Amino acid sequence: MPQPDAGIIERAPQIVAALREVLPDDAVIWDPEETRAYECDALTAYRCPPLAVVLPRTTAEVAAAMRVCHRLRVPVVPRGAGTSLAGGALPTADCVIIATLRLRDVLEIDTENRFIRVQTGVTNLSVSGELEPHGFFYAPDPSSQLACTIAGNIAMNSGGAHCLKYGVTTNNLMGATVVLTDGEVVGLGGPEMGPMGLDMMGLLCGSEGQLGIVTEATLRILPRPEGARPVLIGFDGAEVAGECVARIIRSGVLPVAIEYMDDVCLRAVEAFARAGYPDCAAVLIVEVEGSVPEIEDQIARIREIASALNPVEFRESRNADEAMAIWKGRKSAFGAMGRLGDYICLDGTVPVSKLPYALKMIGELSRRHGLEVANVFHAGDGNMHPLILFNANKPGDLARAEAFGADILRLCVDVGGCLTGEHGVGVEKRDLMGKQYDPADLDIQMAVKDVFDPCWLLNPAKVFPLDASQPWREEAARR
Amino acid sequence: MTTDAPSRTGLSPASEAELGELIAERHATRQPLRITGGGTRVETGALSGDTLSTAAISGVVTYEPGEMTLIARAGTPLDEIQAMLAAEGQSLAFEPADMRGVLGGNGTSTIGGVVAANASGPRRMLVGACRDHLLGLRFVDGRGRVLKNGGRVMKNVTGLDLGKLLCGAHGTLGVLTEVALKTLPILPDRCTLGFHGVTVDEAAQIFARALATPYEVSGAAFRDGTAWLRVEGLGPQMGYRRDRLLALLQLREAEVLDAEVTLSLWRGLRDLDHFAGTATPLWRVLVKPSLAPSTVRALQALGGAVSVDWGGGLIWYCGPGPAQEVRQIARHATLVRRGGLAGPAFAPEAPAVTRLSLGLRRVFDPAGILNPGLMDQ
Repeated sequence: MPQPDAGIIERAPQIVAALREVLPDDAVIWDPEETRAYECDALTAYRCPPLAVVLPRTTAEVAAAMRVCHRLRVPVVPRGAGTSLAGGALPTADCVIIATLRLRDVLEIDTENRFIRVQTGVTNLSVSGELEPHGFFYAPDPSSQLACTIAGNIAMNSGGAHCLKYGVTTNNLMGATVVLTDGEVVGLGGPEMGPMGLDMMGLLCGSEGQLGIVTEATLRILPRPEGARPVLIGFDGAEVAGECVARIIRSGVLPVAIEYMDDVCLRAVEAFARAGYPDCAAVLIVEVEGSVPEIEDQIARIREIASALNPVEFRESRNADEAMAIWKGRKSAFGAMGRLGDYICLDGTVPVSKLPYALKMIGELSRRHGLEVANVFHAGDGNMHPLILFNANKPGDLARAEAFGADILRLCVDVGGCLTGEHGVGVEKRDLMGKQYDPADLDIQMAVKDVFDPCWLLNPAKVFPLDASQPWREEAARR
Repeated sequence: MTTDAPSRTGLSPASEAELGELIAERHATRQPLRITGGGTRVETGALSGDTLSTAAISGVVTYEPGEMTLIARAGTPLDEIQAMLAAEGQSLAFEPADMRGVLGGNGTSTIGGVVAANASGPRRMLVGACRDHLLGLRFVDGRGRVLKNGGRVMKNVTGLDLGKLLCGAHGTLGVLTEVALKTLPILPDRCTLGFHGVTVDEAAQIFARALATPYEVSGAAFRDGTAWLRVEGLGPQMGYRRDRLLALLQLREAEVLDAEVTLSLWRGLRDLDHFAGTATPLWRVLVKPSLAPSTVRALQALGGAVSVDWGGGLIWYCGPGPAQEVRQIARHATLVRRGGLAGPAFAPEAPAVTRLSLGLRRVFDPAGILNPGLMDQ
């Protein structure tokens, strides 16, 4: 991270006073004991307490805080629940965090027009919870859904296990109230099936807090399916499991989820959760939805496809308990891996046809770097999640793990994929962006940021490689 | 604005690099260009400048049915792509319309034009618009730089999503040269339920009830006193869904149309056959579905005809009336066929949004040479 601005840190008392002038007392925190709680997100290897934290309750309060920061030229780091795995909410010592946690109101549930309007501090899971009595749900379901907020989901364009069928956040976001860096409040989209002019909401979604802070969102809601059922398919090789994924997709069956776990992951999960998974090279969990006859028809089709590939096991769930047992291991995968030691979790995406090759190469890289890796991921869309195991107490191990991770991400780009499928660039992948994009490709993205944030105050030193953004930041500092 | 076409030269570069050079030259001399794919989707006749067509930058780069991914150069004919996908049992699920009947053109629709227009048909309400199926693109900006954004994979949050901006920008931010799109399996079984002799209010009620079910109704349109629901599925799915919907809506008598009639009916609804072959102004109006009945009545009072799609979310108004009055009834109205009406085709934006739009246009097209005036009059 760049050197924090000592001049700003020196002015901390005046900055806090200016924020307190426009905000309720309890909405501004700068006691180091309290700001420490905001020193990192879920990428815990990087920490830095912010200068101050603002916890607004309304759009107007967010706007007031942004105006002050803009006037005093103080960097702003937007924060939802702080569950980013990419350091998307990592503070700098000279920044004010504006957190959306207290923006908790559900503003409108409209089942006739099939949307919900919420303040963006509500958690992802609670949105579906609100909708349950109405027979609807909100589709994107990142695995942090118990904690993560809609604001963070929009900022990172979050996905989840079920996006093979339902898409990611951008496909389910209809409207947004955005506070721009100078405090101006803009409404984009709405309950209409737009967009009308330029799709600025589409641009905003996934912009990692570079363009503004979304305080209210209109989300598309869907009627709950009548039922859902997973099957578990075990294979004795990664390649054949990858082939099964491609054949299922080609067949015309569109499962809501196809999850993949490799042998390292399976063993960890078995020791941790005793899910009763087969001991084999790869397991797929395929979930289909609908009424009982629809589900049975789709499972029969999947069974036929899988059988032709000689699976080690094809396990169906006949009731809710058996369905839960199939999901149990997958849902505990990250916890199980945590018991094996420290890990970093990557999320590069590769074309589905390149999955077997990518898995093989990751195995080779693992041997070369001398670190173990487990693979658990959304196979239907090629969004890999290699977990690199290391020992944080061993000097140099984190750096080795990061170097291994960078090699995996370069591999993803080389086979036609991308650096990040759903976690975002943040600080973690910032300096790898040049691998995926040429200088001119990055330049136009930075020019777009410059339109929204001419002083470059929003979420500094994220997304864009520092050397590439330097001229932009220097120019901005003169404004 | 007049409808007399100014005299102009036609340019059709054969490659992305050639296109880049051409635009760099026009950027330097600040000469505007009128950009088209096949020229079938938007009325650009009155725009100034030489015509730049991407038709020669053509051909499918990759099609992988097993990963539901298509990459094609911008000038590739839509028909060609649709035939290739259909041979694998897949399609572009967002169902782009053929607008030639409505706009009176005889060009060849291109995939680049589809993306530039964010063209999305009846299934949009279920599966999303073209922009939701766009995975990545290559384009030339207003300075002649060849740029790319996104990629070919379904999940990708690497950097800013410029594809969303370019999709629906009608060439004003850049000239598309290659697009990557998600394809989806065609559900092999289909039928249509027709409810005849209903008012627009009754149609809205039918839509609201049907679309609150998990039966994935993939079309909900209203025209000439009939509400249509399209039901699709795989295996026993379609029959099950049809029967459940009929039971749910049993207070009304429904006609059930078979698969073949369903295909032609929805093609006609998609392409607006009922508003083709005239020069009357045609408006595309987006509303919250529950506002469809009142909006339809207000538009009809202006003296024209109306049809409804997207379960009430999209209203087509074909008829007379000053632009100002149409926009007073419905804020989000786009003039698709001018029919002699002057003034901007696109709805005005809020001042803050206009400021951002102008800023973005300056970034992508500093000299203002790409379809100037098409979206921002």
